[in-house]
Amino acid sequence: MSDWNGRRWHDMGGQAAGPVPMDGHDFALWEKRVDALMVLCGQKGLFTVDGLRRALEDMGEDAFDTMSYYERWVAAVNQNLLETGAYSIEELGTRMDEIATRGPTYAEAQNG
Amino acid sequence: MPHDHHDHDHFHHEGMSPSGHPYRADNDGPLTYWQRMEIAIRELLIEKGQLTPAEISGQIDAMDARSPANGAAVVARAWVDPAFKARLLSDAASASREMGFDIGPLNLIAVENTPQTHNLIVCTLCSCYPRNLLGLPPDWYKTREYRSRAVREPRAVLQEFGLDLPDTVTVRVHDSTADMRYIVLPAQPEGSEDMTEAELADLVTRDSMIGTGLPRQP
Repeated sequence: MSDWNGRRWHDMGGQAAGPVPMDGHDFALWEKRVDALMVLCGQKGLFTVDGLRRALEDMGEDAFDTMSYYERWVAAVNQNLLETGAYSIEELGTRMDEIATRGPTYAEAQNG
Repeated sequence: MPHDHHDHDHFHHEGMSPSGHPYRADNDGPLTYWQRMEIAIRELLIEKGQLTPAEISGQIDAMDARSPANGAAVVARAWVDPAFKARLLSDAASASREMGFDIGPLNLIAVENTPQTHNLIVCTLCSCYPRNLLGLPPDWYKTREYRSRAVREPRAVLQEFGLDLPDTVTVRVHDSTADMRYIVLPAQPEGSEDMTEAELADLVTRDSMIGTGLPRQP
């Protein structure tokens, strides 16, 4: 990689970019829950914000361009929880399959 | 109209959520892969005794309770109380705690706008933000465009926010980290000297505490 400039993708300070997009959105319940999971897992010592950042940065630029902010966060939270052994990948996959049978929308599947 | 307008709380603009963001058109789209992952993680952690449903809903309530009104109250106090302002500029976390705001274990640094200096905050590496005083960051704060350009051409970025600063004003850009967050202490607007602390807080906008805006004029 002779053309590598010494930066990883997330180190974007000072790069050229277009106008700042001003449109925003309010946060959906599932996004707030992801945020709450991150904060609570940190408080309980399951992993740290540095662990979150590492997983986010290792996802690479493609994830930044194709996934929303909290989609990246939930993937990073999951990565850290798998590493710390909070649950197994089999448990996760089985549960996600079961959740898919509950209904077509988040409201029906959330079990809140 | 999505909800009643509250005159006493200027952060609740019509069409805006309590956290100061436009409402989503629809929260009930088709269930996504990542939403299923959130549900699965939450359920597994609860079943294994790591978390309780009450802890999660309590954390969301605390998140919803944090809005730029918290930061505005701190700014207004600094404008009326020089001793508080001095404490804020020396240790913003402990000064904010004095007012009852939970800052967590973060280092928080307040940077003061003066006639000579305008401060702007950014997190070029991710999305670090003084969320305990301002709530969750606006989407633009997390964009590639803002993160990349705020440190390269801050005056051009500020112009996109409608802020055209004269060349005599120095622009200082502060790059946040996970452990060290910044908040801008905007300059008190001229003509507001006789206003009460509560009236002053109503002049303080979210963007004026990020540095992409100025307080409202009285």
